[in-house]
Amino acid sequence: MNLATRDIRHNLGRFTLTTLGVGMLLMIVMGMGGIYRGIIEDATLLADRIGADLWIVQRKTRGPFAEISRVPPNLVHRALAVPGVQRAREFAYHTVQRERRGKPLRIAVLGLSWPTDKGHWIPLTAGRPLAQAHFEMIADKSLGLSLGEKVNLGKETYTVVGITSSMISSSGDGIGFFTVADAQAIQFDIPGEAVRLERASREARGLRTELTAKQPALLENVYRPAAELPQIARPQVSAVMVSVASPADLERVANVISGWGDVSVFTQEQQRQLLLRGTVEKVRRQIGLFRVLLTIIAAVIMALILYTLTLDKIHSIALLKLIGAPNSTILGLILQQALVLGAMGYGIAYLLGQRVFPNFPRRVILTDADLLQLAAIVLAISFISSLLGIWKALKVSPNEALS
Amino acid sequence: MTVLAAPENSPTFAIETRQLTKVYGAGNIEVVAMRNATMQVRCGEVVALLGPSGSGKSTFLTAVGLINPPTTGQVYIGGQLVHDGPAAYGNLRTFRRRHIGFIFQKSNLIPFLTAVENVQIALQLNGASHHAARRRSLELLDYLGVGDRADNLPAALSGGQQQRVAVARALANRPGVILADEPTAALDGQRGRQVMELFAQVAHEQQAGVIVVTHDHRSLDVFDTIYEMEDGAMQRQQHRNQ
Ligand SMILES: Nc1ncnc2c1ncn2[C@@H]1O[C@H](COP(=O)(O)OP(=O)(O)OP(=O)(O)O)[C@@H](O)[C@H]1O
Ligand SMILES: [Mg+2]
Repeated sequence: MNLATRDIRHNLGRFTLTTLGVGMLLMIVMGMGGIYRGIIEDATLLADRIGADLWIVQRKTRGPFAEISRVPPNLVHRALAVPGVQRAREFAYHTVQRERRGKPLRIAVLGLSWPTDKGHWIPLTAGRPLAQAHFEMIADKSLGLSLGEKVNLGKETYTVVGITSSMISSSGDGIGFFTVADAQAIQFDIPGEAVRLERASREARGLRTELTAKQPALLENVYRPAAELPQIARPQVSAVMVSVASPADLERVANVISGWGDVSVFTQEQQRQLLLRGTVEKVRRQIGLFRVLLTIIAAVIMALILYTLTLDKIHSIALLKLIGAPNSTILGLILQQALVLGAMGYGIAYLLGQRVFPNFPRRVILTDADLLQLAAIVLAISFISSLLGIWKALKVSPNEALS
Repeated sequence: MTVLAAPENSPTFAIETRQLTKVYGAGNIEVVAMRNATMQVRCGEVVALLGPSGSGKSTFLTAVGLINPPTTGQVYIGGQLVHDGPAAYGNLRTFRRRHIGFIFQKSNLIPFLTAVENVQIALQLNGASHHAARRRSLELLDYLGVGDRADNLPAALSGGQQQRVAVARALANRPGVILADEPTAALDGQRGRQVMELFAQVAHEQQAGVIVVTHDHRSLDVFDTIYEMEDGAMQRQQHRNQ
């Protein structure tokens, strides 16, 4: 005859509610672990998926994700000239925050190096990669944009031609893929008034120079867009991504480029580490700590629950002792209930989590390893937290059955 | 009362106590609940224990039942010294399980087990198989007239029915010692007498020593010997029928 299940059956309603509570608590612990995993995954997702072997960034910066980096676009051609380099692409990256239907819309704008990179490597859930040099974008599902939707950014209107899922910046904003030129247009969107003022000041400067005095026709040039003026460089890009022909070339190419005075170079793995150690380090540690704290709290709460469950049965336990039940019977009663509580709580946590976590604003990733680890922790908690109840039960005198 | 010169480890007594004294509390507020209580119960003997409220009957019974150690004095069960003052010899819990059946004044049943399971558990704790334990439990409950309530939880039984389930549990293991503290308080006269007769029958058949605390003077003829407690002291009475 199993005393643990008999007692549970007798107090079914209360036990169910308690298990539900423990389940919700464990769900939070589970979720915390998933959020932790999600942050790490999201942080390195871009660097991982984009598939560049080397990142060339502005000298002494840790760009382009961890901080701002600016390199000239012609760096692409310099990189291509290095022996062993198979492909070099421009990379433009920045985050904009705009309004859409009264709500803030944060887009991590990522420029693809048209026409070499049309976004064929991006895993699409709907639509197609970019097909023209301008005014098209691929949007992550988390941005809430739908296929064919038109979005105003800067002075232009962009059409969503493709949808991805789980393409997120390290801070959790959905990514919008554009061509580099469009990405720059969005970033360097200068208001008309600013342009007029700039032209006026250019004209004023031009009037003072000897050259325009001799050749007044030159002054007409100042009215052309800044980007078209020969002496003014094009807006700069964030970084240049390099793919090498074979893994053996990686170190050699990196050595050559790191010799250049104006840039720094990182491998894919170094870029990962920059992201993990830099941008998300504090969040990661905070969530990690929170997870540990929550686990301890869950253990304490479970200990209290098991203790009160034992207290409720103390008369029965005294009576069992009185009729000569050995300690193993009493221990079994408490431990089995602890394990049932832990196991069912874990099950409820898992089932609830499956429904709740997908609705979280940031990704919650439950890996098998994490789930297994939590199961082991719950098992340990169940054992440890029943100690208090067991201690109380072993201490009670059979005499108390008579009071 | 003089100490009887019984030989050490005399096997003739199912229960023997020598000069049992119990002092409750400490310091200024000490209650002497039992002083020099000596009693011998032969195998097959049924003893009634009378006495006014607060005279120490329950204290004596729990000392003999090995759940409330005496302050001084010895308890022998089946000729074996089990308690010498508060010191215990052997594993009391195993001893209780094998040799002692209890029925106490208040509720004795485990609330989350059905009537039959409450009896069954005493048997299964002693190693009986589930099947055998259940059969014997049902038989006992039938005999005590609560067989039809076997699958009810204690909360669904009347006080008298609960008491009879407790009696069944006490008898289940055919113990050598049966201790009952007012087992018939919740029963009507006829049922009460029936339970007392059952005790006598079991005592005679199983050669068990039985002590029953009772206030019911109508059933005293069932008993072989009558003791009376008064202010903690034990006094053997002349039997009415003798
Ligand atoms: N745990 C205790 N602590 C202190 N005093 C106690 C304790 N248990 C019993 N007593 C006292 O010991 C005395 C004997 O109590 P006991 O319960 O043995 O009486 P009783 O003869 O069984 O009475 P009743 O017929 O009312 O059941 C009483 O004065 C009681 O107050
Ligand atoms: Mg009493």
